[in-house]
Amino acid sequence: MMVHLTRRYHFSAAHQLHNAALSGEENARIYGKCNNPFGHGHNYVLDVTVAGPVDPSTGMVMDLGFLDAVVNQEVIERFDEVHLNLDTEAFRQVIPTTENLCIEIYRALNQKLSHPGGASQASLKRVRLEETSSNFFEYAG
Amino acid sequence: MIHLTRRIEFSASHYYHNPALSHDENQRLFGKCNNPHGHGHNYTLEVTVAGEIDPRTGMVLDLKELKKLLETEVMDRMDHRFLNKEVLDFQTLIPTAENLAMVIWNLLAPKVSQGRLQRVRLYETSDLYVDYYGE
Repeated sequence: MMVHLTRRYHFSAAHQLHNAALSGEENARIYGKCNNPFGHGHNYVLDVTVAGPVDPSTGMVMDLGFLDAVVNQEVIERFDEVHLNLDTEAFRQVIPTTENLCIEIYRALNQKLSHPGGASQASLKRVRLEETSSNFFEYAG
Repeated sequence: MIHLTRRIEFSASHYYHNPALSHDENQRLFGKCNNPHGHGHNYTLEVTVAGEIDPRTGMVLDLKELKKLLETEVMDRMDHRFLNKEVLDFQTLIPTAENLAMVIWNLLAPKVSQGRLQRVRLYETSDLYVDYYGE
């Protein structure tokens, strides 16, 4: 009796796609406009899916307050209204494509959600991250 | 195999309360959702049926039949209702989106006559939904 629960969050950040190991021309060829050194921004839409049995005493898979607190701490506080390349540890070396951001968010949430101290038997199932309404990425570990 | 999804919207009120727990515990667990007067949502329900295409009709199932099933089992029971007081299942179950999705699954699954019910997705708000696959 597993239920999947998905909650949507929003954050905005700037980034630049650039690989320091490659030439300027090569970077321009691969990343196009996204290579602009001044950076550019997106309104990201994050869908976090957890799955587990429904707790009969609450009717819930996971306490939404707990989920919100974890996402707030692990995602919103780290990535909202920042420049991903310049302001975050995670992307000093790693190129902040939405693929890599999706994996980083999954990793950070999975550490906190998969063993939530007995508060729930649910665990992280999937992270889906929209960069624009036309592009989204999914990572399930 | 084709998956076909039909969407409907209904509006209902509910509140969360576990009579086995104290007032304080209910408040702690459910917060604002514990208000006994209830509060409401515009629910969006997506029902997915999986099946083979009938070569005679080119369809997985008769959409009119699915539409009628959703009318009878979901709209007539739940639309513009106070779930706790007016839907029998929720006299014992807390009407969370999780339980509502499972109740809807149990109403629909035995009555899908062609193909099989594959997923019930229920949006409580545009930022929150649950999926139930009957497992």
